[in-house]
Amino acid sequence: MITVESVGITLGGRKILTNINATFHPGVPNLVIGASGSGKSVFLKCLVGLLTPQEGKILYDEQDFLSLEYDQKQELRKQIGMLFQNNALFDSLTVEENVEFPLKMFSDMSKEERKHRVNECLAKVNLVNSNHKFPSEISGGMKKRVGIARAIALPIKYLYCDEPNSGLDPLTSRVIDELILQITTDLNITTVINSHDMKTVNDIGENIIFIYQGQKWWEGNKSILSSAREENPELDNFFRASF
Amino acid sequence: MNFFTEIGRFMIFMKYVMKRPQKWSVFWKITFREMHNIGIESLLVVTLIAFFLGAVTTIQTANQLLTPSDLFPTQLIPKFVVGSVVSTSAILELAPTITCLVLAGKVGANIASEIGNKKISEQIDAYEVMGINSASFVALPKIVAGLIMIPSLIIAANFLLMTGGAVATKFTSALSFDDLIEGARMVFHPEYVQIMMIKSFIFAFIITSLSSYQGYYTEGGALEVGAAGTYAVTRICIFILFFDLVIAQIFLGL
Repeated sequence: MITVESVGITLGGRKILTNINATFHPGVPNLVIGASGSGKSVFLKCLVGLLTPQEGKILYDEQDFLSLEYDQKQELRKQIGMLFQNNALFDSLTVEENVEFPLKMFSDMSKEERKHRVNECLAKVNLVNSNHKFPSEISGGMKKRVGIARAIALPIKYLYCDEPNSGLDPLTSRVIDELILQITTDLNITTVINSHDMKTVNDIGENIIFIYQGQKWWEGNKSILSSAREENPELDNFFRASF
Repeated sequence: MNFFTEIGRFMIFMKYVMKRPQKWSVFWKITFREMHNIGIESLLVVTLIAFFLGAVTTIQTANQLLTPSDLFPTQLIPKFVVGSVVSTSAILELAPTITCLVLAGKVGANIASEIGNKKISEQIDAYEVMGINSASFVALPKIVAGLIMIPSLIIAANFLLMTGGAVATKFTSALSFDDLIEGARMVFHPEYVQIMMIKSFIFAFIITSLSSYQGYYTEGGALEVGAAGTYAVTRICIFILFFDLVIAQIFLGL
């Protein structure tokens, strides 16, 4: 479980996030939604420590992430997987080598064991027969799958997905959503997804946080979303603009 | 960003770079690949430049010292002095400094663009999120490889400079091969080689660390990656020439 308490960050003299409180539970997809520029990506970067908020606390199962030393943070990050908006695949490595990379760095597996694990992960994301292709040779949807496979290669407890559907067609987007949902429930991990895809919200939004102008504007789930829209004009505008 | 802020940021960067690698087997594998990229792939350009530089220096020095002038109508300077000047210049200045200025353009720009590209495509962030010390992972193998290969290239350049000079004596009647070698032997001091090696290690560190730093802090897109390469080369050249002066003053200043 991840608990966020009163997180605020100022970048370049501009307040980006103000007093964000949230709890992200394991086993269900936790969605952070909001318009472009609302602070979603900054929030996600704060959660993984790529940016350091000036205010508040981020607790990973009671462990205060922001008060940890660099080496302790790195230790905790070994339990974190992340799917980046632009995939962040290592372009000089093949698909197989990308997925194998965390195993090489952090496990004592033999070459055969690593190969077996890589194939297992690639099969989990329905990506077969592409092991020896480079990221530049595969489609956007396949890159997302490789990103997910790399993120789950080691046993992780937390998965972050920064706009997993950006640049994908609607059909592939649904496949990726299903994949993330399946991994979250199967592995019982805490998954936080940044998205502005309303289909994703309606399909897998079990715990949703709406960020508006750097503040948490609304929190709920997909079942109460339509009633919330009537009472919340900003949320309603965001939804209307999305379709 | 002012000069002192930049120095501070560089020191913080180096603090993270100089940490123990997470996995030695991976570290050495990358280091050997970098040794190939920095050393073997630069061998041709270093060979050509050192050879021609040696030949040109010999011809021009011979022309300046051995041509009778109005001031000295007859030749007063012994021919072997040309060999002394060429060999001393090669050891103290041409091999370490000129080679490293060339490598600043080739290796420095390459490292800055490579790391800069990794930065803007979030690959550096991916390392960090995985729990890898990204600064050390991307920069340390390059620095270690540079510290091994660049001094080796400078030693090779030294021999090639003298080879160039020796070949040049075949095309001029003013100076013979024996004069060149005699002059080189007469003024040879082992301390000059020590100074050359000190320079080569310092310059190797400047080239690899400054270019890694410049790439690591790249922000923006393709244009900024290009700019990072340019900044890296400019700064490396300035620092090489500055430290060249400092070392000359410390070891050779009267």
